[in-house]
Amino acid sequence: MIFSIVFYIITAVLFVISLKKDRLKTKAALHKAWKSFENILPQILTVLMLIGIMLTLLSPETISLLLGKDSGWFGVASASIIGSVTLIPGFIAFPLASALLKSGAGYMQIAAFVSTLMMVGVITIPMEVKFFGKKATLIRNSFAFGFSIMIAIIIGLVLE
Amino acid sequence: MKHKIKHIINRYRYFFILFIAGLALLVYDFELGANSFRLTGLNMLDMISILPPTFILLGLLDVWVDKALMIKLTGEGSGLKGAVIAFLLGSLAAGPLYAAFPIAAVMLKKQSKFSNVIIFIGAWSTTKVPMLMFETASMGVKFTLLRFFLNLPVIILIAVITEKMLSKREKTEIYGKAEKL
Repeated sequence: MIFSIVFYIITAVLFVISLKKDRLKTKAALHKAWKSFENILPQILTVLMLIGIMLTLLSPETISLLLGKDSGWFGVASASIIGSVTLIPGFIAFPLASALLKSGAGYMQIAAFVSTLMMVGVITIPMEVKFFGKKATLIRNSFAFGFSIMIAIIIGLVLE
Repeated sequence: MKHKIKHIINRYRYFFILFIAGLALLVYDFELGANSFRLTGLNMLDMISILPPTFILLGLLDVWVDKALMIKLTGEGSGLKGAVIAFLLGSLAAGPLYAAFPIAAVMLKKQSKFSNVIIFIGAWSTTKVPMLMFETASMGVKFTLLRFFLNLPVIILIAVITEKMLSKREKTEIYGKAEKL
């Protein structure tokens, strides 16, 4: 929340400076902002609907069931898949991860979940494709997935 | 007019399909369906709170930072300095990953080096300063630092691999796409 406020303040300050320096350029900037927004709106709405349906079907209970301490490789795999297909903001994901750790989930599973959550975005693929095309999106996400599992294994070995 | 409506329906078709799926879920199990729409609504509020400043910033970026400056800072031949700048730009950001894509597109439009744009995306997704602070608070310093230092080389590796695996033509296509946005 505080970050959003800071973000708004920074944007507002820059906007006012821009307005003072050049009215026409600022108007053009707003026009561009609107155009890029409208351009990506269908993808945004699609992603929002997907999030609602996915998170409903994957309840917190399901998540903790899959990531238990003794879930081993199966747990790491499911953690990576859950992290990849969900889109949970950090301020919800980290307390959730920490709660799961306290209630018996393993470090490796949690690290896999956190890492894929950040780097891999299956749900946002339609948006990413729109900007980077299919191939680059596929490459980035697959390697992010692979490296996330490697990171999880190392974190698990170090902290367990 | 008819053509315009057809165009809109075509652009929003996946949204409409999922919306109907949501309605079907509502009919099948009212509580599940209502929950999915509630979650969509909550996330929409979240998005609405972050999107206006993001898009206004990218508009300002587009108007004020000219191509020559962006090329100098992060373009071909900007070397290590360009990678570091791209990394810092991404790390200092706020907001979810999808907010990074339109900004990345502006970087492409201004002829940033392709791998630097991917570094920007990588930093945005994993080493954002506000999020690191939050991560430390809930996961502890050890976990956060370990993840941070493991992620650094990974961000660079993914950028280099993605750049290498795309042909010149494919990259030109992506730059062309950004030009049209």
